[in-house]
Amino acid sequence: MKPTLSIRNLHVAVGGTPILRGVDLTIRYGETHALMGPNGSGKSTLGLAVMGHPNYEVSEGTIDLDGQNILEMTPDERARVGLFYAFQRPVAIPGVKMADFLRHATTNVRNPQRQEGEELIPMRVFREELRTKMEQLKMDAQFARRYVNDGFSGGEMKRAEILQLAMLQPKFAILDETDSGLDADAVRLASQSIAEIGREKMGLLIITHHDKLLEHNPPDFTHVMLGGRIVESGSAELAEELHRYGYERIRRAYPEADAQNRVMAHEEVA
Amino acid sequence: MATDIQNEKSRHTIGEINKYDFRTQTEAVFKARKGLDAEIVHQISDMKNEPDWMRQFRLQALEIFFSKPMPRWGGRIGIDFQDIYYYLKPTDHQGRTWDDVPQEIKDTFDRLGIPEAEKKFLAGVKAQFESEVVYGSLKEELGNQGVIFTDTDTAVREHSDLVRQYFSTVIPPHDNKFAALNSAVWSGGSFIYVPPGVAIEFPLQAYFRINAENMGQFERTLIICDEGSSIHYVEGCTAPMYSTESLHSAVVEIICKRGSRCRYTTIQNWANNIYNLVTKRAMAYADATMEWVDGNLGSQLTMKYPAVYMMEPGARGEILSIAFAGAGQHQDAGAKLVHCAPNTTGQIISKSISKNGGRSSYRGLVRVEKGAHGAKCKVVCDALLLDERSRSDTYPYIEVAEQDVTIGHEASVSRIGEEQMFYLTSRGLTESEASTMIVNGFIEPLVKELPMEYAVEMNRLIQLQMEGSVG
Repeated sequence: MKPTLSIRNLHVAVGGTPILRGVDLTIRYGETHALMGPNGSGKSTLGLAVMGHPNYEVSEGTIDLDGQNILEMTPDERARVGLFYAFQRPVAIPGVKMADFLRHATTNVRNPQRQEGEELIPMRVFREELRTKMEQLKMDAQFARRYVNDGFSGGEMKRAEILQLAMLQPKFAILDETDSGLDADAVRLASQSIAEIGREKMGLLIITHHDKLLEHNPPDFTHVMLGGRIVESGSAELAEELHRYGYERIRRAYPEADAQNRVMAHEEVA
Repeated sequence: MATDIQNEKSRHTIGEINKYDFRTQTEAVFKARKGLDAEIVHQISDMKNEPDWMRQFRLQALEIFFSKPMPRWGGRIGIDFQDIYYYLKPTDHQGRTWDDVPQEIKDTFDRLGIPEAEKKFLAGVKAQFESEVVYGSLKEELGNQGVIFTDTDTAVREHSDLVRQYFSTVIPPHDNKFAALNSAVWSGGSFIYVPPGVAIEFPLQAYFRINAENMGQFERTLIICDEGSSIHYVEGCTAPMYSTESLHSAVVEIICKRGSRCRYTTIQNWANNIYNLVTKRAMAYADATMEWVDGNLGSQLTMKYPAVYMMEPGARGEILSIAFAGAGQHQDAGAKLVHCAPNTTGQIISKSISKNGGRSSYRGLVRVEKGAHGAKCKVVCDALLLDERSRSDTYPYIEVAEQDVTIGHEASVSRIGEEQMFYLTSRGLTESEASTMIVNGFIEPLVKELPMEYAVEMNRLIQLQMEGSVG
């Protein structure tokens, strides 16, 4: 049986305010899912809760990976069982070189039993792999020596996230608006890069507002989130429809969720 | 059994870092009694076979020491000056070659990796073991260029005129109580003279260790960079663990003549019971550059403010300092820049880290004297707090007696961000690995200024300090 990420009746609150109100989603290894929805509908919350952000409190429901409950795991344990979340807004870690960070992260993820202080991947082996991956992603070699996300442009940050995805080779990856803040060319490059990494070798959840990122990664399933729930699921055509016509039909079809969403979007802005 | 490794139980977790925490049993050849008075000073002077001017200098300094009150600022100093050994001589002659050095001392040096380091690219290694320099070597070419690199005791005997001309001209005994104490009982330290126009390409290094309980270490370093010369001097300190208090009070004087360049790099990692009260000061003359790179880890209390007095036009002073205060530690560290002449340029970058209730203070002075037109100075101090219990204070003093000067001051205090931690842990790093990585990143501006082997050691020391800091 294919590895499966299974989210059941997930309720998540932030600072006591409920955001997700019963999300159900199943992603199998090799599948690509698109997650769409207006601002404030809870898309990022889902990603952050799956990855285990301490401020995202799961009050109800389950998240299983291959039947293993991940809710009890710390974020690093989740990374080591094969989960990855590409940040919408990656944070800067001044003074820490991309290469050093990636070598450490890659070692831990590939060797989940590694104890702190044990050997890292040999420098030479790691450098060669990093160089190859960066070439594939058309990234300048200088990039590895820069400090993590420090002074990066929007495009560079997103490419750094894709590079991490390529190096860590997770079983399941959630890409949170990896296209936001990028110009058309950069989005196309990002889209190609994700395809090249090989989406058939993982389960992929792409959170996006646009169809460009899906151009090279046509989704097997599309989900629409509104007011903290997935209100509708469909095929690639649903993503196309939403991109072309917006969320009006969805909002009208689910007035209760829509009202909820307007409150949440308002709070997000405030 | 010559070596007594303490802290056995923690070895497996810390691995090779634990090599910094050990003690070697040595037989002291001569040990003065505890306490401080004129008789002890005479004894020290006798043992060292010093010229009379130095004996008189010591005795005067002792009077000054007794007459000065304890400083009432900085940290709490709980020292019983009569309960300390002021002089201890571990061997009766100075080792010239490695074979001459007694085995126990070799064991200690082996653990510090000194011969290793020497094999690599060190020009000369001077290792201070207890109060006397016991092992030293200097590459012939340096000697041929007229460079003098020796312990200060030897310099007083063999280069008496040169020493007498400069000794205590930068830091006189009445400067402060601890400078007076050092002047009275000093022993060891490095003396370096670089002749005009001589540039030493590789760093000169010295290792210092305190290794006798209740034994004060009062090394005295004097560096003279003659016109147009340049040097990088590196000093690293580690100290074994002891249960009772120990005092380290050094004086470092540097003279940078016209157009010369001196960088003085220190990494100090003291045991938690040590008072580290050090006076470091340089005079930079026309177009000379003085740089202090100063890393402070460990100790119970460190009070240290490397200073540059810019005496003539075009002089530059740069101070890069980092302090790490753990449980029960107080790092009162900072810097001092005094602009005494026009068009002088200064920069202070200070970074401090506090964890487990540790306290770090930045105490800095920038002074622009009357007539120092066009002086420029920039001060940046950043503090990183690892938990709620820890503390950071900033005491920036700025005194300006001229109008046309440019002075910038930036200060920040931050905590390790939750978002940074989540970012790193979501990529598979444990909380402890993530916080160590953030701290190492924080001090990277200093570490990248260090020679490679010191950079590696610094990162290891930080890792050691960070052990078990999370959770």
